[in-house]
Amino acid sequence: MPVTPLTQVTSASRVSRPPSQADYTWDSLFRSLAYACALGIILLVAYILWEIGRQAVPAIGHYGLSFITGTAWDVSRQHFGVLPQIWGTLYSSLLALLFGGLFGVAIAIFLTQDVIHARLAAVFRTIVEMLAAIPSVVFGLWGIYVLIPLLRPVANWLHAQLGWFPLFSTDLSGPGLAPAALVLSIMILPTVAAISVDAFRRIPYKVKEAAFGMGTTRWEAILKVMLPTATSGILAALVLGFGRALGETMALAMLIGNSNQISLSLFSPANTLASLLASNFPEAGHVEVQALMYAALVLLAITFLVNVVGLGIEQYTMRKFEGRK
Amino acid sequence: MNSVITTGDALARPTPRLHRHLVEGRALKSLILSILTWLAAILASVPLLSVIYMLIVKGGARISLETLTALPPAGFETGGGFGNAIVGTLAMVGIGAALSVPIGILAAVYLAILGPNSKLAATSRFLAKVMTGLPSILAGVFAYAAMVVVMGTYSALAGGVALAVLMLRTVVLTAEEAMKQVPQRMKDAAFGMGCTRSQVIWKVVLPTALPGILTGVMLAVAGAAGESAPLLFTALFSNYYLSSLTEPTASLSILIYNFSAMPFENQIELAWTASLVLVLIVLVFNILARLVRQPNV
Repeated sequence: MPVTPLTQVTSASRVSRPPSQADYTWDSLFRSLAYACALGIILLVAYILWEIGRQAVPAIGHYGLSFITGTAWDVSRQHFGVLPQIWGTLYSSLLALLFGGLFGVAIAIFLTQDVIHARLAAVFRTIVEMLAAIPSVVFGLWGIYVLIPLLRPVANWLHAQLGWFPLFSTDLSGPGLAPAALVLSIMILPTVAAISVDAFRRIPYKVKEAAFGMGTTRWEAILKVMLPTATSGILAALVLGFGRALGETMALAMLIGNSNQISLSLFSPANTLASLLASNFPEAGHVEVQALMYAALVLLAITFLVNVVGLGIEQYTMRKFEGRK
Repeated sequence: MNSVITTGDALARPTPRLHRHLVEGRALKSLILSILTWLAAILASVPLLSVIYMLIVKGGARISLETLTALPPAGFETGGGFGNAIVGTLAMVGIGAALSVPIGILAAVYLAILGPNSKLAATSRFLAKVMTGLPSILAGVFAYAAMVVVMGTYSALAGGVALAVLMLRTVVLTAEEAMKQVPQRMKDAAFGMGCTRSQVIWKVVLPTALPGILTGVMLAVAGAAGESAPLLFTALFSNYYLSSLTEPTASLSILIYNFSAMPFENQIELAWTASLVLVLIVLVFNILARLVRQPNV
C-alpha cells in the first residue's frame, strides 16, 4: 500500500490539519474584534461622560456654581438650583445606609458565622437574593399602598408627642422622606449583605479556630476577631450600598413627594437628584432640559466618586487577603 | 521543672466544668446577640413576604386573558389590560440583549484570555465595575442625548440602547469570570495541538464557559426587564401595540409607574396585576440563571 507523503494530502481530506490561511485571517480578525469591544467599553464610558457633559455645557455656562447652591427650581422664571435635591439625595441615602447597613451586616453575620444550620441559611440567602430581584417600581407601588398607610399613624403619633424634636417636626401627610428611606434601605440591603458575606468568607477559617481555641464564645470571636478582620470589606459594602442608594430612582420618585425643600424632618416630603430627573424630564422644555442635564452631571459626579472609593476599598481588601493579583 | 504530673495526679483532680451555663454573663451575651441577628433576618424577610402577598392577592385578582392582551384603559373606563406593555418590555429587552451580549462576550474574551494583564484590560475592567454603580436613570439621560435628540423622537430603539448600557456591565463581568474558570491545561492542550488562539477560544473556552456566560446573560435580562428609569424619557409610553421600533413604546414598568399615581381604582388594580406579571418575568429569568449555572467547572 503506497503511503502518500504528508505534503500531498489536501488539508480538507484530513481531520487534523494545520490551520489554513483562512484560519489565520479569521484568527487575527476575531482578535481585533475582541480588542475593539474591550476598547469599546472605555469609549462607551467616555461617550456617556461627553454626551451628558456636552448637553450640560449651556447650563453650566449660564448658572455656574450658583446651580449647586440655589434652592429654587422654577421653570417659569428659569431659576434652577439643586441644593434641596442634593440634600434630599444625601439625607435619604444616609438614612437608608443606617438601616440597610445595620441589617445587611447583621444578616451577613447570620449567614456566615454558623448562627443557624447551613440549610436554613440557604433559605435566607434566597430571600435576600429575591429582594434584589424585585423591580424598583414594584417597591414604589408597595410603598404607596402598604408602607405609607402603615407608617402614617406611627409618624403622626411621634409628631404629636415629640414635635419639638427636629426629626419629627412635621406630620406625614402621604409621601415623604421616611417611607422613601425605608424602601431605599430594603433595596440596598442585598448589596450590603452580599459584599459583607464575601468579606467574611475571605477570612481564613483558622482565624476563627484560633479564637475559639482561646476559649471565646461565638460572639466574642465575631466581635473581637471576625468583624475587625472584615472591616475593610464591610466598609466597601457600605460605600457601594451608599452609591446604589444615591442613584436609585423610581421608588423614590414615587414615595418621596418631589418637593424641593430642605428639612430635617423625617416626615416632610423632599426630593432627590434622580427623582427630579425622573419626574421633570419627560415634560421638560428646551431650557429645563439643559438644567436637568447639569443636574444629571452632578449626580454622575457624586455616584462616580462614591463608587470609585468603594471599589478602591474592595480591591485593597482583596489584596490584603489574597496577595497581589 | 521539679513537679512532674503523672497520670494518676491528673485523674485525681476533679474534671473541669466544660460547659457554660446559659445565664452566665458571656454566654448570655452571646445568646442575646444571636437572637438579635435572628430578629434582624426575620425582620428583613417581612418586606419581601409582604410584597409577594400583595402581588398574589391584589395582582392575582385581575389576572386573565383580557388583562394580558387588551390595551390600557383610559380614565374612567373599566376593564382593559396591558398586552402592549408586555410586548414592549420584551421587545426592548430583546434589543438591549442583541446589542450588549455580543459586545459584552467579545470584550470579556479580551479581558479573560487575550490580554488579561494588559493596560487596556485593566482600564476596561475597572470601568465596567464603575458602571455597575452608574444610576440607571443616567443611562436614560445618555440614551436621550445620544438617540432621542438625534432621531427626533422617543423610540423603542432608544429604550433598547439605554437597557443595553445597563446590561453590558453584567454580561462582561460574569462572562470574564466564567472564562477565567476554564482550566489552563485545557487551553494548553488545545494550543499543543496547534490551534490558533481563536480556535482555542471558539472550541475550548467558550463551550466550557457557556453555562457561566448564560447565567450572566439571564441575570442581565432579568435586571433589564425590571428597569424603568432608563425607559422614562427614551421609550416614553404608548397606548397601542408596537408597530415600529422608531416610535414611543409601552413597557410594563412605566405602566406601573403611570397607573400607580392615578386616582382610578381600575388603573391601580391593573398596576398590581402588571407588577405581578413583571415580577414573574424577572423571576423566570433569575431561575433560568440558576438552572444553567454549573455547580463547578
